[in-house]
Amino acid sequence: MKPTDTRDPDYYHKVVDCQWACPAHTPVPEYIRLIAQGKFTEAYLVNRRSNVFPGILGRVCDRPCEPACRRGRVEEEPVAICRLKRVAADHRDEVEHLVPQKPAQTNGKKIALIGAGPASLTVANDLAPLGYECTVFEAHHRPGGLMISNIPSFRLPEEVLDTEIGYIEKMGVEIKLNSRIESLKGLMGEGYDAVFIGSGAPKGKDLKIEGRDEAAANIHIGIDWLESVAFEHTKSIGKRVLIIGVGNTAMDCCRTSLRLGADDVKVMARKPRQFFKASPWELEDAEDENVEIIVNHSPKRFVVENGKLTGMEFELMEYELDEDGEITETRKAGTKIIPCDDVILAIGQENAFPWIERDLGIEFDKWGVPVVDETTHASTLPGVFFGGDSAFGPKNIIWAVEHGHQAAISIHKHCEGEALDERLPRGVNLASAKMGVNEWMYSNTYDGAHRRDMPLVDLKARLSNRKMEVELGFDAERIATEVQRCLNCDVQTVFEAPLCKECDACLDICPVDCLAIVPDGEEAALRASLKVPAANKDQALYVSEPLKDTGRVMIKDENLCLHCGLCAERCPTAAWDMQDADIFIPHVDNEAGKVAAE
Amino acid sequence: MTSMPKPFIDKHLPKNELGLTVRNYEGSMSTLCAGCGHDSVTAALVQAFWELNLAPESAAKVSGIGCSSKTTAYFMGQSHGINCVHGRMPSVATGANAVNGDLHYIGISGDGDSLSIGFGQFAHAIRRNLNMLYIIENNGVYGLTKGQFSASADIGSKSKKGVANEQTPIDPCVQALTLGAGFVARAFSGDKSQLVPLVKAALMHKGFAMIDVISPCVTFNDHAGSTKSYAHTYKYYHPLVHTDFVAHAEEITGEYAEDGAMRVTLHDGGELRLRKTDSDYDPRDKAQAIETLMMNDGGGEIRTGLLYLNEDMPDMHAANHLPKTPLNQLPYEALNPGKAALASLQKRYR
Repeated sequence: MKPTDTRDPDYYHKVVDCQWACPAHTPVPEYIRLIAQGKFTEAYLVNRRSNVFPGILGRVCDRPCEPACRRGRVEEEPVAICRLKRVAADHRDEVEHLVPQKPAQTNGKKIALIGAGPASLTVANDLAPLGYECTVFEAHHRPGGLMISNIPSFRLPEEVLDTEIGYIEKMGVEIKLNSRIESLKGLMGEGYDAVFIGSGAPKGKDLKIEGRDEAAANIHIGIDWLESVAFEHTKSIGKRVLIIGVGNTAMDCCRTSLRLGADDVKVMARKPRQFFKASPWELEDAEDENVEIIVNHSPKRFVVENGKLTGMEFELMEYELDEDGEITETRKAGTKIIPCDDVILAIGQENAFPWIERDLGIEFDKWGVPVVDETTHASTLPGVFFGGDSAFGPKNIIWAVEHGHQAAISIHKHCEGEALDERLPRGVNLASAKMGVNEWMYSNTYDGAHRRDMPLVDLKARLSNRKMEVELGFDAERIATEVQRCLNCDVQTVFEAPLCKECDACLDICPVDCLAIVPDGEEAALRASLKVPAANKDQALYVSEPLKDTGRVMIKDENLCLHCGLCAERCPTAAWDMQDADIFIPHVDNEAGKVAAE
Repeated sequence: MTSMPKPFIDKHLPKNELGLTVRNYEGSMSTLCAGCGHDSVTAALVQAFWELNLAPESAAKVSGIGCSSKTTAYFMGQSHGINCVHGRMPSVATGANAVNGDLHYIGISGDGDSLSIGFGQFAHAIRRNLNMLYIIENNGVYGLTKGQFSASADIGSKSKKGVANEQTPIDPCVQALTLGAGFVARAFSGDKSQLVPLVKAALMHKGFAMIDVISPCVTFNDHAGSTKSYAHTYKYYHPLVHTDFVAHAEEITGEYAEDGAMRVTLHDGGELRLRKTDSDYDPRDKAQAIETLMMNDGGGEIRTGLLYLNEDMPDMHAANHLPKTPLNQLPYEALNPGKAALASLQKRYR
């Protein structure tokens, strides 16, 4: 097999599963080490550079990092990465003077950003310190986009949102509230150098079945209803509420209903639990509040009596599954009426652009979705860029942030007259973590502790106040334990083949048997030749250059490596070394030369 | 050595017939130098005993003094064991074996412990055909006292300071053959594919089974000019016989399997399959074994593998008609037959 090229920045990056899985590539192990040292402010700033909203995301991130976390493969559960992000935000000192600042003078370039959600705010965050004059247009009277209108305050307190948006405003970004853009053509006539569209996916899907129109007063579209609650137009709901759909919006709807007076809330799912779209922890939180989740019920009609909604009729579904868990057959086994006072529809949302004139040169596909380049975020009209949910449909905040970072690079290049696709490549910078004999600049011991749970406010207290944050945050014991669960995957095992004398010391000491010295061969044969065969194909197999004494190769299965450094401690020639891999993710300040690429 | 013990994680590992993973066969943290061959021997022992489904409590580990003799602390932490006076391990093993022949005896020694201070003890353990696995971790140097030549250093091999050894080496395999051992093998710490089956076969051999393992001293004897370095051993390594150990022997139809392997059934269970590599070597021919080792004009090649095997020799228990039942399981009456029996015994000497 060809020896592994570890100079490819993606090789070591992939080993840091959490950072690789994070759309914004947050250097998770690095900030967890800072938290372990009590450097909460530094941990916050490391986070902020990547994900801009650590306080917000530390509460409500979709956490793609956690299912990816190596810890989950080594023992049962991943490191509570998201909880630790909140720890950094909760315990930081004042950072207002440490975040990027308003420049002494602007560069004269004017950027319009539509929608004050995470995508636009990230673009502004990246461009304003470089001198760009950013103006954000927001339809509502408060900035934040879905972070304020759709995420309930009991999950994300308004102060947290206001503080982190405040940092961006103080960079000189103007946020024009109550300023819905009704015509893109009109806006473009105002002399902006570029326009960024981060208007989200604001259109909740409706369910046009029998009884929909007659019972309209008691049928609500999930995201509109949440917004109405957030802006305090809606203050109550019936006692018995049915939520249709089982995604994260449904979870917010059912929990909000409980806080507005409902006491019998059922979430109705068409399919079995393994098909639910909601994150497992959001399901748990809802069930913890006694929300009942009912599977295999497909909506048939709204039951209306005397012009008023009294219930909903469902088809009872039965499914046949194959070995892979895919549905092969669907059967209907009768119907059932479930009485209710209100129904909330949370069955998805889509983007809508009634305010974009179709003759501007912005191409839309047959579903009305704009044609957007996945790397540059450029539309087919030069100078107009899309990001967040408005670009590729509903995703989540952390994706919107990454879109913002990438769009900011494109906007800068557009204004400089540079090619949008000639972007700085990612990089990797390795530095030995060795401090002395068997001393490393990270804690390499393996701590077998299990994942700490989040302490919550008492159920009765939390339901009595819609704005009371449910999660209390980690205490000192939880922080101290959880930080040690991180395996420091960014401290890489780096091998120098010419130094190896094939003494087997590393193979013998490896606690997860991920190393072997074997005759070279095809990848499948090499994977099978490990003491514990490398069956997880998603994880790379490292292959060294041929070794000098026997011509065999050193191989390493990256799957379960604990990054404990015992191979390096046992190596008599330092052929194995532990090296801190700093993954360089270029942002627009790197492109602009304001921050040197490492 | 490392700064911490190996983290214990075994959910990814298979279990043997006793429900144990290979990790359950490990011992305490090694304090040997990083890269020491002895640690690799330890790993081979751990692997072999796990594969044999050996109950840790059915084994007794015995050793003397030296880097090698520390090895017994690093595997099967739940076995019996004693770390003896320098060179006196064979005597203690003999005593233990005499009173309890049911245990598996695993002796770990070195070239100093066996070929210098304990040379006489080593010889008599072989002569008595003590039923045990006897491993010599042979590095040609006294590592624990900073690198003087040991009795197994080859003529011309250079010390770390560059001085060549001029004294004739003692070859433990030749010694064991001439003293009458029934199982004599040589191996290399860097080749577990050979060492692991040899350890399994040696433990299942009824009688004295010696494996001389070339186990480089990474600190004092791993330089250019040394004939016991990793590089030198890899360069001149030459297996004569390939050994496979099969725990559950199938019905044997002929002495040779279809693959040309010679089959030998071991008294304590299992079967050996021996395949010649490139010569007409027959591990049952003692004269050939001695000649192969003593007349080594093959350019200094290091001849390894199962060099000699004789399954038909009575071990110490059989030769001395010792009780089959361990003394700790005999009833008090049998161990202490009383005054009358003593008087009758004494009468024989009057």
